[in-house]
Amino acid sequence: MSALLVVVLALPAAGAMVAALLPGERAGRVAGTVAAALAFVASLLLWFDRSAGGTGVIRPWHEVDVAWAPALDLRFHLGVDGISYPLVVLTTLLTLLCCAYTVGHVPAGGRGSALVALLLVVEVGMLGTFLALDLVLFFVFFEVVLLPMYAVIAGWGGAGRRAAARKFALYTLFGSVLLLVGVFTVVASAGTADIVALTGGAALPRGTQHAAFALFAVAFAVKSPLWPLHTWLPAAHTQAPTVGSVILAGVLLKMGTYGLIRVAVGVAPEGARWAAPVLGTLAVAAIIVGALVCLAQSEIKRLIAYSSVGHMGFVLLGVATLTATGIQAALIGNVAHGILTGLLFFLAGAVKDRFGTGDLAALGGLRERMPGLSGLLGYAAIGSLGLPGLAGFWGEAFAVIAAVRRGGPLWLTLGVIAAVGGALTAAYFLRLLRRVTHGPASPVVAGAVCGPIARLEVAAWSPLVVLALAVGLVPALVLGMASEPVRAVAEWVAR
Amino acid sequence: MNDLKLPAIDYAALAPMLILFGVACLGVLVEAAVPRARRGLVQVPLGLLGLVAALVFVIAEAGTRKRTAGEAIAIDGPALFLQGAIIVLGVVALLLIAERSLEPGGPFVAQPARPVGSEADRSQAAGEGGATEAYPLVMFALAGMLLFVAANDLLTMFVALEVFSLPLYLLCALARRRRLLSQEAALKYFLLGAYASAFFLFGIALIYGYAGAITFSRIHQAVTAGTGSGVLLFAGLALLAIGLLFKAAAAPFHVWTPDVYQGAPTPITSLMAACTKTAAFGALLRVLYVGFPGATWDFRPIIGVIAILTMLVGAVLAVTQTDMKRLLAYSSIANAGYLLVGVLAMTPEGVSSTLFYLVAYGFTVIAAFAVVTLVRDADGEATHLSRWAGLGRRSPLFAGVFTFLLLAFAGIPLTSGFTSKFAVFGAAFGGGQVWLVVAGVVTSMLLAFPYLRVVVMMWLSEPGESTPSVSVPGAFTSAALVIGVLVTLLLGVLPGPLLDLTTRAGDFVR
Repeated sequence: MSALLVVVLALPAAGAMVAALLPGERAGRVAGTVAAALAFVASLLLWFDRSAGGTGVIRPWHEVDVAWAPALDLRFHLGVDGISYPLVVLTTLLTLLCCAYTVGHVPAGGRGSALVALLLVVEVGMLGTFLALDLVLFFVFFEVVLLPMYAVIAGWGGAGRRAAARKFALYTLFGSVLLLVGVFTVVASAGTADIVALTGGAALPRGTQHAAFALFAVAFAVKSPLWPLHTWLPAAHTQAPTVGSVILAGVLLKMGTYGLIRVAVGVAPEGARWAAPVLGTLAVAAIIVGALVCLAQSEIKRLIAYSSVGHMGFVLLGVATLTATGIQAALIGNVAHGILTGLLFFLAGAVKDRFGTGDLAALGGLRERMPGLSGLLGYAAIGSLGLPGLAGFWGEAFAVIAAVRRGGPLWLTLGVIAAVGGALTAAYFLRLLRRVTHGPASPVVAGAVCGPIARLEVAAWSPLVVLALAVGLVPALVLGMASEPVRAVAEWVAR
Repeated sequence: MNDLKLPAIDYAALAPMLILFGVACLGVLVEAAVPRARRGLVQVPLGLLGLVAALVFVIAEAGTRKRTAGEAIAIDGPALFLQGAIIVLGVVALLLIAERSLEPGGPFVAQPARPVGSEADRSQAAGEGGATEAYPLVMFALAGMLLFVAANDLLTMFVALEVFSLPLYLLCALARRRRLLSQEAALKYFLLGAYASAFFLFGIALIYGYAGAITFSRIHQAVTAGTGSGVLLFAGLALLAIGLLFKAAAAPFHVWTPDVYQGAPTPITSLMAACTKTAAFGALLRVLYVGFPGATWDFRPIIGVIAILTMLVGAVLAVTQTDMKRLLAYSSIANAGYLLVGVLAMTPEGVSSTLFYLVAYGFTVIAAFAVVTLVRDADGEATHLSRWAGLGRRSPLFAGVFTFLLLAFAGIPLTSGFTSKFAVFGAAFGGGQVWLVVAGVVTSMLLAFPYLRVVVMMWLSEPGESTPSVSVPGAFTSAALVIGVLVTLLLGVLPGPLLDLTTRAGDFVR
C-alpha cells in the first residue's frame, strides 16, 4: 500500500506531462482530467488497509522513506495520517472537478490543455506538501506550487491579472524565504529534517524553538493568509480564472494552516506556546476585519475572497488555542472552507460568465431569471456563514468553544469577539444574497442571454453540494480519523 | 657546484595536463599545415579526443593523493574532481564553439586583423570560414585551468593563471558580429586582468617575505606558527585574494564581467562562465583551505562582506539589465557570491558543496548561453531583452527550455539550482555562518525577479514585428543544450551520486 503514496503523486505529474505534450488541445484536457480522476481514486484507496505505524507522535498509516541525497541528509519521506488524509482527498477531488470543468469551459487567455497541465502540477505540489514527512521535502513541494499558480493567474486571469499575479508571487516568495531559513534553523540545530523524529522528541533548545516558530508562523501566515499579511489574496482570487480561484481558496490556503499544525506547532511546541496569544489575537482581528471589509465589498468574487480571510481566521484561532478541540476545529474548518468556498467560487464564476459582471449593484433578481443557480448560491452562502447542519458550522463553533474553554481573560475575550465575528459573517452573506438573488431583476440580469445550468456544471458542483451537507451532518467523516493524531499532538504540545 | 637534482615526476598524474598542452601544440601545427577549409574538420575531433583522453586519465587517477614535480603540483580529490569538471564542461563548451550551421562560417571572425568596417571586413562577415585558431587557444586555456586547480605553490599557480588567461583575452576579441564591442571587451579584460595578475604576483612576493616559501604546506606552517610580520601576511593574502576574486567575478572586482560577457562570442562566454569560474574557485579553495586555514578568523569577515556585496550587486543590477548576455553576466556575479558562501564555511562540507555548485552551475549556464546563440535575426544574435518578448508563442520548445534554465538559476526546487544553493547554505549554516546564509537567502529571492521578468516577457507578451525567430540548432548546439538541460534536471531530482562524489573528493593533500 505504501507504493500508493508515490502513485498518488506520480499520476498528476504524468498527467501534466501528457496534457502539455499532446498535440490535440482537447485531447490534452481530457487526458489531464483522466489523470486527475485516477489520482482521486488512488487517494481514496489510501483509506484502506490503514494501521498506525511507528511509535512517535505522528503515526502514519502508510509510509515511504527512501534516501534522496544522503550527503545533504535529504530523505524522500512521505506518509499519510488522519490529519493529512482529509486534505489529500480534498485536493484530488477539487483538482478533478476543476479539470473536468475546464474540459467544457476554457477561460480566455491560452490553451486549455496548458491550463489543465498547470493545475495538475499545482496538485503535485499540494499533495506533496500534505504528504511530506521531511522538512526539506515539505519545502520543496511548498515551492513547486508557486510558479504554476502564478502562471494560471497571469495567463488566464481577468483584466488586472499581471499585477495580481506579481503580488501573489512576491508575497509567497517572501514567505518561502522565511520558511527556508526556518528549515535551516531547525535542521542545523536538530541534525535531522525528519518531521516524525522532530515531532516525536528531538527537543530543540528553547531559543531555537522560538526563532523557528516565529519564522514558520510568518511564512505560513502569508500563505493562509493571516491578517495583516493577506493583501495578496483578494487581488489574486478576483483576477484568477474560476478554476484558479477554486484551487487557491479550496486547497492552496490550507497549505498554510496545515503547515502551521504539522510543522510549526509540531516541531516547535515551546515556540507555539510562547506565540499563541499573538497568533490568537491576530486570528480574531482577521475574523473581524475580514467580516467588516466584506460588508463593504461591491464585487462578488472579491467578497468571497475576503470571506476567506475571516474563515481562515477561525481556523487559525483554533490552532492558536493549542488544544485538541481547537486543532480539530481547525481541521474541519479547513475542509469545510475548501468545500464551500470552492463551491462559492464556482457559482460566482458561473454568474460572471453569464452576466459579464460581478458587480453587486448591477446584479439583482437572479432568483427570477435562474432559480436553480440562485438557490445553489443561497445554499453555499448559508453553509459558509455557519448554519448548523452544513459543513461550515463545526469549524467556527468549535474554534470559539476551544478559545472559551482555554480560559483566562484573554482567550475568553477572543472567543467572544470571534463569536461576534461569526454574526458579522452571517450579515455579509445575507447582504450578498439580498443584493444578488432577491429584489427585482436588474437590467443586466433581465437583459442577458443566459443558458440554464449546464450538465458539466452540475457534475462539477454536485460533489461539493453533497459533501457540504455530509460533513455538516456527520462531522465524524473528518474528525473520526483525525481525533487520535490530534490528541497526540495536543498532548505533546501541552507537555 | 652541486649536481642538478631533478625532482621526481609522476607522469601518470600529470597526464591530463600534458595531453591537453600537447593537443594545443598539435592544434597550432594543424593551423600551419592543413589547408584552411579543412582545419575545422581536423581541429574539432582532435580537441574532443584530447579532452576525452585527459578525462580518462583523470578518472584513472581517482583516489590518488600525492604531490609531484617537487611539490609544485598536488593531485588530490578536489584537484581531480575540478579537473574532471573543467574537462567535461570544456567538452560541452567546445561543442558550442564548433557549431557552424547557425551562421555561415561560425561564431568567429575569419581574419581578426582586418580593420572593422573595411571592404575586406564586409566580405568576411558575409560568410567566410571563421578563424580556427580558436581551437588551440581553447585547449591552451583548458590546460592552464587544469594546472591552476592542481597548483601546489603560488608560482605554479601564477604561471597557470597566465596560461589560461592570455588565450581567453584573445578569444574574447574574435566575435564575427559587433567586432568593435568584442575588441573593446577583450582590451578591457586584458587590462583589468593584467592588473589582477600584478596584484596576485605582488601578493606572492609579500607571502614569500612572510613565510620564506611559496608552497602551501610551508605557508601553512608559517601561519600556524604565527611568526613573522602580520602586515606581510594580511597584505599578501589580500592581494592574492584580489587576483583570484577578479577571475571569479566577485564584487567589487566584477566590473569587467558584464562588458566581457556581452562582447565576447557567446560560446566563449559560456566557456568563461562555466570553466573559468570553476578554475578560479578551485584555486581559491586550495589557497584558503590548504595555505591559510590558520588565518580563517582574520579573512572570513572580510571575504564574507565581499560575498554579501557580490550577491547584492549581482542580484540588484541584474534587475535593471536590458541585454540578455549582461543579465546572465550579473547572474554569474551573484552566483560567485553564493559560491563564496560555500567556500567560507571552511568545513569539509564547504568544499564538497562548492564543488557541487560549480558543476551544477556550469552545465546550466552553458545551456543558457546555447539558447542565446539560437535566438537571432539577420544581424546575428538578438540579445536585447525586448526582442525576447513573445518568444513563447514563436517557439514554445526553446522558450520552455530557457524558462526551465532560468528557474534553475532562480533556485526553484527540482532543479540543480535548488540543490546546489541548499548545499552551500547548509554547509555555511553548519560552519556557523548564519549571517551569510540569511544574506544568501534574501538575495536569491531578489535574484528570482529578473529571471521571472524574462519568463513573463517570453510567455505573456504578444510577439511583435521585431521578435526574432529561433534558429534550428545544429547537431553540436543541440547536443550541448540537451546535456546542459538534462544535467540541470538530473542534479535537481537525483543529486545523490554527484554529492557522494564531491563528499569523497573533498579532502585536500597538504
